[in-house]
Amino acid sequence: MIYIDYKTNNDELKITLRGHLDAAFVSKVWRESINKLESTKPSLLEIDASGVEYCNGAGAALILQLKQKQETQNRRFSIVGLRKDFEQLINIFDPGIIRETAKKGNFFLEFVKNAGRMCCRVLNDTKAEISFLGELLSKLLAAFIRPSSLKWSDTFLIAEKSGANAVGITCLLGFLIGVILSFQSAIAMQQFGAQIYVADLIVISLFRELGPLITAIIFAARSGSAYAAEIGTMKVNEEIDALVTMGIDPIKYLAVPRMLSGIFMMPLLTMFNLLLGLIGCGLVMLSLGFSPIVYLNRIQEAATLGDLAGGLAKTLVFGLVIAGIGCFRGLQTATGASAVGDSATKSVVSSIIAIIFLDGVFAVVYYYVGI
Amino acid sequence: MSENSNTIIKVENLTAGYGDVAIIKDVNFEVKKGEIFVILGGSGCGKSTLMKHMMGLLPPVSGRVFIDGKDIVTAKGQDRIEILKGIGVMYQNGALFGSMNLLENICLVLEEYTDLPKDAMEFIARMRLKVVSLDGSEHKMPSEISGGMKKRAAIARAMALDPKILFLDEPSAGLDPITSSQLDDLIIELSRNLGITFVIVTHELPSIYKVADRVVMLDKNTKSIIATGKPDYLRDNSDNPWVRQFFNRES
Ligand SMILES: Nc1ncnc2c1ncn2[C@@H]1O[C@H](COP(=O)(O)OP(=O)(O)OP(=O)(O)O)[C@@H](O)[C@H]1O
Ligand SMILES: [Mg+2]
Repeated sequence: MIYIDYKTNNDELKITLRGHLDAAFVSKVWRESINKLESTKPSLLEIDASGVEYCNGAGAALILQLKQKQETQNRRFSIVGLRKDFEQLINIFDPGIIRETAKKGNFFLEFVKNAGRMCCRVLNDTKAEISFLGELLSKLLAAFIRPSSLKWSDTFLIAEKSGANAVGITCLLGFLIGVILSFQSAIAMQQFGAQIYVADLIVISLFRELGPLITAIIFAARSGSAYAAEIGTMKVNEEIDALVTMGIDPIKYLAVPRMLSGIFMMPLLTMFNLLLGLIGCGLVMLSLGFSPIVYLNRIQEAATLGDLAGGLAKTLVFGLVIAGIGCFRGLQTATGASAVGDSATKSVVSSIIAIIFLDGVFAVVYYYVGI
Repeated sequence: MSENSNTIIKVENLTAGYGDVAIIKDVNFEVKKGEIFVILGGSGCGKSTLMKHMMGLLPPVSGRVFIDGKDIVTAKGQDRIEILKGIGVMYQNGALFGSMNLLENICLVLEEYTDLPKDAMEFIARMRLKVVSLDGSEHKMPSEISGGMKKRAAIARAMALDPKILFLDEPSAGLDPITSSQLDDLIIELSRNLGITFVIVTHELPSIYKVADRVVMLDKNTKSIIATGKPDYLRDNSDNPWVRQFFNRES
């Protein structure tokens, strides 16, 4: 049974509590009693706790809060009839006067401050990214110059995980894109009786743009994020610190193998993607009534080795950048489990932005070089 | 079965292990209400494992664990939640939620199980932090505090719901002697005043002598309990030389 009663007498408030002072009770009366206290502003608050049978942390909180409200206003507070053991409990738990946390300043001021902070952060971030990329490249170069200094077993394991194990999904997507694109363009081309040129269209767009892009996006989502999460978890567990104090360079030990596997796996995966894209297109052409030999001739005529090489050259850079961003975001991880998730997300977003940007750069360069 | 109303935890023929490897074989003991019960043993002998079984976190290979007369091994759904609400746990490495500050860490369980208003919850959380001398660090993240502070914060969190049973896995490891002794005082006070039952794993001899009502000692080789009783009694009278060594800090 629970019971609370308020009595006002001149300038005094008397609160009588009875029963079990636990969380269920306190949650019912907390608001009410504090409002009562704040509205009456008594010079003396007296709590009669002689009927309290049980009191736990929540009950203590209620009594202490009332006491504090009185004392911060320089008003008096007294409690009578509380059992000795509960009184002791309240003494243990008394948190003292709680300092209010700093109030938020003026809205405009806060806005300007935040905007400034944001700009600084973005600038610092960019600076860190660039210097990290520089460091990575120099260490990558060092690894190429002295290949024996690298942990090859790790590199191969990572390459297997992010390369060989990704063949299935890359092929599937390549096949799908091949079928859909050729089918859709076949419908349009039919009106001009130019269905045979579907092969040209698909081959060129796959080799030069779509193959590398799709593979890069798969790689960023599948492996880049995994790098970020793995390295991020190590960062959170202070494993990176452990590497540093052991004199092992985390960039060389963790990032370089991942970047190497990125560089070598991306072109291979892209080739699988392209092959399946062509097969998908071939199936559609077959169903439109063209013989395989006609299709093959068409492909060979439409695309040059330059188209293929140009596309694959891009993927080398994509692989490097995606793996680099994944490692960078991983190493940048703040603390806590959610930070790992944030790093993985950021790595995918940054990678996709980087891919788009680089693809644009390549397009311009190829245009001027004439590939 | 002599079911005593004074018993709050009862471990019956418990065999615990991971996979095929048994860590503890066929142990039986009881913990009384309001008692400070200490589990002892060498490193890696299965103290944490035993504790995790007592709170129903791991399924035993065989045997049963009763908390307040209810079997925690088979309890499901709401029953299990009711049992769990009555226990608070401090894990060996703190297990604070890294994405929340200390105040939020403590408020989480209050939000889940009570209807207290926000300021009441924060007040309670501050009270708990004050008890472990962490007042002023409410808004720090777990990564921004020291190892010992993490332990204390974890104890504060374990107390959030006023549990009837508190499991503490090495609460004083990593604390300075003064804080550690304050913690012992707190444990005694909570147990005397609130009747909270404590199940504690610790290696600190001074702390064991000070707080323990009863200890059980696990042994790695026999995978069973080799001694039960009051620490000072075991120190002087145990017939097992290893137990006497342990309490006398000899090697
Ligand atoms: N998740 C797990 N899987 C398999 N074996 C485990 C697991 N956790 C612990 N063990 C094994 O169980 C045994 C007991 O471990 P436990 O953590 O209970 O020891 P402990 O007595 O708490 O030691 P310490 O005092 O060092 O904390 C150890 O031999 C350990 O190798
Ligand atoms: Mg342990």
